[in-house]
Amino acid sequence: MARNKRGNPEINSSSMADIAFLLLIFFLVTTTIANDKGLMIQLPPKPDDIENIDVKLKEKNLFKVYVNSFDKLLVEGEPMQDISQLREKVKEHVTNNGRNPEMSDSPKKAVVSFKTDRGTSYELYISVLNELQGAYYEMYAERVGVSVGAWRDLSTKLDDPENRRLYDKGRDVNANGDVMFPMNISIAEPSKIGGN
Amino acid sequence: MSKFKKKSNTSQEIPTSALPDIIFMLLFFFMVTTVMRENTINVEQRIPPATELKKLQRKSLVAHLNIGKPKPHLIPVLGAEPRIQANDVYIETDNLVKWVLEEKDQINEVERDLMTVALKVDKEVKMGLISDIQLELREANARRLLYTTILNSDE
Repeated sequence: MARNKRGNPEINSSSMADIAFLLLIFFLVTTTIANDKGLMIQLPPKPDDIENIDVKLKEKNLFKVYVNSFDKLLVEGEPMQDISQLREKVKEHVTNNGRNPEMSDSPKKAVVSFKTDRGTSYELYISVLNELQGAYYEMYAERVGVSVGAWRDLSTKLDDPENRRLYDKGRDVNANGDVMFPMNISIAEPSKIGGN
Repeated sequence: MSKFKKKSNTSQEIPTSALPDIIFMLLFFFMVTTVMRENTINVEQRIPPATELKKLQRKSLVAHLNIGKPKPHLIPVLGAEPRIQANDVYIETDNLVKWVLEEKDQINEVERDLMTVALKVDKEVKMGLISDIQLELREANARRLLYTTILNSDE
C-alpha cells in the first residue's frame, strides 16, 4: 500500500529528440546522393560490322571541329580562341538549308565532325562536346517551343506518349519514320600526333 | 478597457511531444536513401563541369568505370599513369570486353542491350586512353555511354 504514494513512474523523454537529431545529422553528413548525370552519347557499331560503303559526304555539309594536343581549337579550318562562339556556328551551319552555298543543304545532311588528338585533355573534350550537344538541344527546344532543360528532360523519359510525340516533333520524324533533323555528331578516332 | 485586458487561461505552450517522431521520420528517410559506398575509389576524380546534362533513368542498368591517376599514396606502387578502376580493381584496356560481359550477366536478359557505361573521368586524363576504352566498348557492344559530369553553376 505504501507503494502507491510514490509518483507516477515516467521515463524522461525530453532528450529523445536530441538523440534522434544526432543520428539524423550523422546520416545527413554521410549521405552522398549518387549523381548519374552527364553527357550521353551512342558509340558507332564495331568497325567490322559496318559494311564498307563508301559514304560520300559533300564537303559543305561537314562542320569540322578539331582539337590538337595543345588544346587549341580549329573550327572549319580557322583557329578559334573562344569556345562560346562554337554553339552559334553549329546552329548557323545546321539550319542553313542551302541558303549559304558553303554550309549544309539541310539539317538531315549536316554532319558535325569532332576530332581530337590523343594528347587532347578530357576536360576540353567535354566542354566542346557540351557545346555541340547544347547547340542541337537548343535547336530542338526551339522547334517544339519548350525550354532547353525541359527538352533534355523529356528526351530521357520517352515511355510517356506525350514526351514521345514532342520528341518526334523536335526531331522532325516524317510519316515513314525517317528523322529529318537528326543529331549528327560524329566523334572521330583521335589522331596520333600528340601521343600519350 | 476590460476589452483589451481579457486574459485567456489557455496554455500558450506549443506541444513538443511529437518532435521526436518528426525527427525520426526524417531519420528513417535518410537511412533508407543512403547508399553506403561499396568500393573505395583509388583514382583521382576531379570531374569536369558541363551544362547540358541528362539524367539516367534506370540506375540498375548502369556500369561504372572510374578513370584517373592513382591516388597520391599509391603512385610509388602503381606509377602516375592514368588507370581504369572497375568496381574494386584496376583493369587494363584489354580486359574491358570481359568486364562488360560480366556486367551484362548481372542484368536481366531482355534489358542487356540497354546497359549504359558511365565513365567518370578525371579532367587531366588524355583523350588517347579514352578513345582506347571506347574502341574496346564498341568491340564488346556496350555502346551507350555516359560521361559523368557535374553541373557548371557559373551560367
